[in-house]
Amino acid sequence: MKQRRLGRGVAIVGAGMSKFGAFPGLATRDLFVDAFQELLASVDKGFNPQEIEALYIGNFSSDLFEGQAHTAPIMADWVGLTPRPATRVEGACASSGVALREGLIAIASGLYDIVLVGGIEKMTDLPTSRVTDTLATAADVTYEVPAGFTFPGLYASMATAYMHAYRATPETFMKVGFKNHENGALNAKAQFGQRIADIMEARKASAIRKGRPVPTWSDEMDFLHDDRANPIIAWPMRLYDCSPISDGAAALLLVSEELARQFTDSALHIIGAGQASDGATHDRPTLTGIPAARHAAKMAYEMAGVAPADIQVAEVHDCFTIAEIMATEDLDFFPAGEGWKAAEEGRTARTGDRPINTSGGLKSKGHPVGASGAGQVVEIWKQLRGEAGERQLSGDIRLGLTHNVGGTGQTCAVHIFERR
Amino acid sequence: MSEKPFTGAVFYEYLNEHKLMGSRCKTCGEVHVPPRPGCAACAGSAVEWVEMSGQGALAAYTVIHIAPTAMIEAGYDRNTPYCTGVVALAEGPRISAQILDVDVRHPETIEIGTPLEIAFIERGEGAARRTYLAFRPEK
Repeated sequence: MKQRRLGRGVAIVGAGMSKFGAFPGLATRDLFVDAFQELLASVDKGFNPQEIEALYIGNFSSDLFEGQAHTAPIMADWVGLTPRPATRVEGACASSGVALREGLIAIASGLYDIVLVGGIEKMTDLPTSRVTDTLATAADVTYEVPAGFTFPGLYASMATAYMHAYRATPETFMKVGFKNHENGALNAKAQFGQRIADIMEARKASAIRKGRPVPTWSDEMDFLHDDRANPIIAWPMRLYDCSPISDGAAALLLVSEELARQFTDSALHIIGAGQASDGATHDRPTLTGIPAARHAAKMAYEMAGVAPADIQVAEVHDCFTIAEIMATEDLDFFPAGEGWKAAEEGRTARTGDRPINTSGGLKSKGHPVGASGAGQVVEIWKQLRGEAGERQLSGDIRLGLTHNVGGTGQTCAVHIFERR
Repeated sequence: MSEKPFTGAVFYEYLNEHKLMGSRCKTCGEVHVPPRPGCAACAGSAVEWVEMSGQGALAAYTVIHIAPTAMIEAGYDRNTPYCTGVVALAEGPRISAQILDVDVRHPETIEIGTPLEIAFIERGEGAARRTYLAFRPEK
């Protein structure tokens, strides 16, 4: 594959996100304004939003979730940016990772100097069965869905292939969810920002209040093995292996490299970008990893001129716990088949040598699908600038990565960021 | 004789006749299941229908407790879970299919690599009748 370079450098100089969660009465446009306001406040040297020249908005399926298509111009209007070009980008759960790439390319081409990249999704208005149906439209509706596959089901089938190939067990997956809740408990923006232990205590308190038998879990793993507390969704994926149904928005301000210092002295330079595509899940030679993620990662590493070992913090697409383990292998943080051991050993914890999803990941922070990719960048923005509060990694954190998957890997976008 | 178009609509017409059909490239011999009107391997435009033997092996699976609307209508739910998976056909291609006659109460006992044979599920009545692809362990 030919090594690609950007026409000119591009940097992120502002980032913001709404809280992720279930917000009855709030539409995507309301959440987007929230993210945009936080972005404005994040620009160190101040910023006139009228300088923005174009918008790229990631959004998977407001058509089905909200009954609203054509969402990008609405976002532009709600933050006072019409008549600037506003383009919706759809790549399923990778929509805003791809929107970031489109914004990057637009500035690198020389067409624009200042671009707003956003991600939006409003999922909680629909009942769960219709959310399940809507998410399944990111798979192959003609050939995968008639077999009874759901989205959790497709990832669960990758989990059985992975367990068979490498002797991992469902307990490994539980430990990934446990770890991400530990991180999410330190993130005020998280939808389920509680440690598993806190959730257990809350359940016990609720049982006492209602005069019901009080559960007697011995520890977190006991809780996670309880079919009632942690029901099977698609074996081996249980409730606490699955990211939630969420509402949320995120926004990023991209500028050409030469303008970055007008806005901040600690910009995030986008030094690597890769994107790849693939066919239906069943059509892949291997189901123990995501080929498009490997392709996208290779492109991003080559463009950035960095090695996997150089990356100090990564936000990866843990829509399901198995997906986080596969991601750490597809990104070459660990050899194929070793990711589950690294997770077991705590190497991907905040205190480990390879911190993954310090934000809480999609599991704990929430997964408003079209906003998730941009949301990942918000965490890297905070970690690289030392603004992640209680969950801030120690040391001089300069190099971060995001890995955003659409569907089960029909789309993947990987970006590498450096604070110079 | 002109061949039927290599589309999903015709694939399901054949499935209604209990035939699992794919397309074979007349240039390079690549077999696609489901069928494609052109060859994705060599970009050749001359393809022909070919019937699969119905033999295969289980490549990946799951047991689904939270079902989509269509499967709820077919009678499945959290108390009646079902197995679905990826089947590696003897001819090489892989396809998604429901997996019958496995112990969905003990999903850990289902084994990847299990030899499978084709089965057909009928759902709907009259004009709405439709055949769904399934496999079950070889007897």
